[in-house]
Amino acid sequence: MTYLATHAARVAGLLGAHVVLVLVSLAVALAIAVPLGILAARNERAGALILGVTGVVYTIPSLALLALLVAVLGLGQLTAIVALVAYAQMILVRGVVAGLRGVDPALVDAARGLGFTPRESLLRVEFPAALPVVLGGVRVATVSLVALATVAAWINAGGLGVLLFEGIGTNNPDKIFAGALAAAGLAIAADLLLRGAERAVRT
Amino acid sequence: MTSSSKTASPDAGGGARIELRGVGVRYANAANAAVHEVDLTIEAGEFAVLLGPSGCGKSTLLRTINRLVEPTSGTVLIDGADVLGRDATVVRRGIGYVIQAVGLFPHYTVAQNVGVVPQLLGWDAAAIDARVDELLELIRLDPARYRDRKPRRLSGGEAQRVGVARALAARPRVLLMDEPFAAVDAIVRASLQDEIARVHRELGTTIIFVTHDVDEALRLADRVVVMNAGRIVQTAPPDELLARPADAFVRDLVGVDPETRRLVLERPLIER
Repeated sequence: MTYLATHAARVAGLLGAHVVLVLVSLAVALAIAVPLGILAARNERAGALILGVTGVVYTIPSLALLALLVAVLGLGQLTAIVALVAYAQMILVRGVVAGLRGVDPALVDAARGLGFTPRESLLRVEFPAALPVVLGGVRVATVSLVALATVAAWINAGGLGVLLFEGIGTNNPDKIFAGALAAAGLAIAADLLLRGAERAVRT
Repeated sequence: MTSSSKTASPDAGGGARIELRGVGVRYANAANAAVHEVDLTIEAGEFAVLLGPSGCGKSTLLRTINRLVEPTSGTVLIDGADVLGRDATVVRRGIGYVIQAVGLFPHYTVAQNVGVVPQLLGWDAAAIDARVDELLELIRLDPARYRDRKPRRLSGGEAQRVGVARALAARPRVLLMDEPFAAVDAIVRASLQDEIARVHRELGTTIIFVTHDVDEALRLADRVVVMNAGRIVQTAPPDELLARPADAFVRDLVGVDPETRRLVLERPLIER
């Protein structure tokens, strides 16, 4: 615990960088996964392809993916964000697909019959009805990204992983403990926060 | 049960005349047509009930009127205008639609559900608010108590009343109802039947109502349209249907004892 007490400001700074890395990756990942998920839910062929590809990406070990990306994009935050976005796709797309496919068909029939356009039905009825499940995917993806983002320090992307790699390099268990504790705390906080959001949107 | 007892009051919106001409529906890969070239005219303000066993094509025929099902042959005219020549969304906004599963939007309040079609049509907020209160009073749910409730806090009967109010919100001249009361218990069903008969009498809206329940058909209909295997087998007012069933199928459907069925007709609806 001594490192955490003596270097609180540094840990807080790395924690902040970690949060930014996760949030930026999550935002970009959502911007891609929501349209992909909608497409996958509506078109069976596209769905099989999208879920297949994102599933394969998810199985690549994170260090291997980072190493491959470094060869193309070089070291740094951008490379880490690309990797995190790629990992989050499978979880997020699955959440969107499961959410939309799980919408009560009666809601869709009512919306069509009352004269909603397909777009109005999607935005005003189907997506809101799917939102608790979609948010469940966001929660799992966020917790995974908090963990994965620690590895990003290995390619100079910063964050709490810096403490872990420094601790390993200098044989300083106290430092490793500080990094691990902060990352775990962040994951638990994100989980609780998003569970609350899921409850709030559940009707 | 005379149709004169159900004519529209002078200030009501009234109903539209619907003509189905040679309407046929054949689904891809299906061996038989779901509906075989049906001709049927429903007069303005009429309460028509499509009656038949499940799979007879009655729901499919109903859904051709608001273009949820596209007929593979024939035309559908509402007040003489071909619905197939118009934008499906525009057609549907002018037609009320009520389904067995109700389909209230769970994330909307009762007021938002009822006001949704006027909102799609671009009514201003004050007009929608006033209309919502008017409709909740029409279906006898106190606006002060029900406006802000979410659908999950409604009973089955209350939910379907709200479903009816939502369907009537934009003053449609046609109301399509697909087995609307099949999922509620007998007592609630009877009270919902009373309500829809009263609403029909007050508004004069043309109603086309699908059911497989013979008693419900006989109670509500100005005319019963009996369907079997994608065809209309008889179209007649309830008393005539009982007195002169067209064939063995209709006779079996209405039951072996027409005199007992006739008692259904004699049981008055509330305030009729």
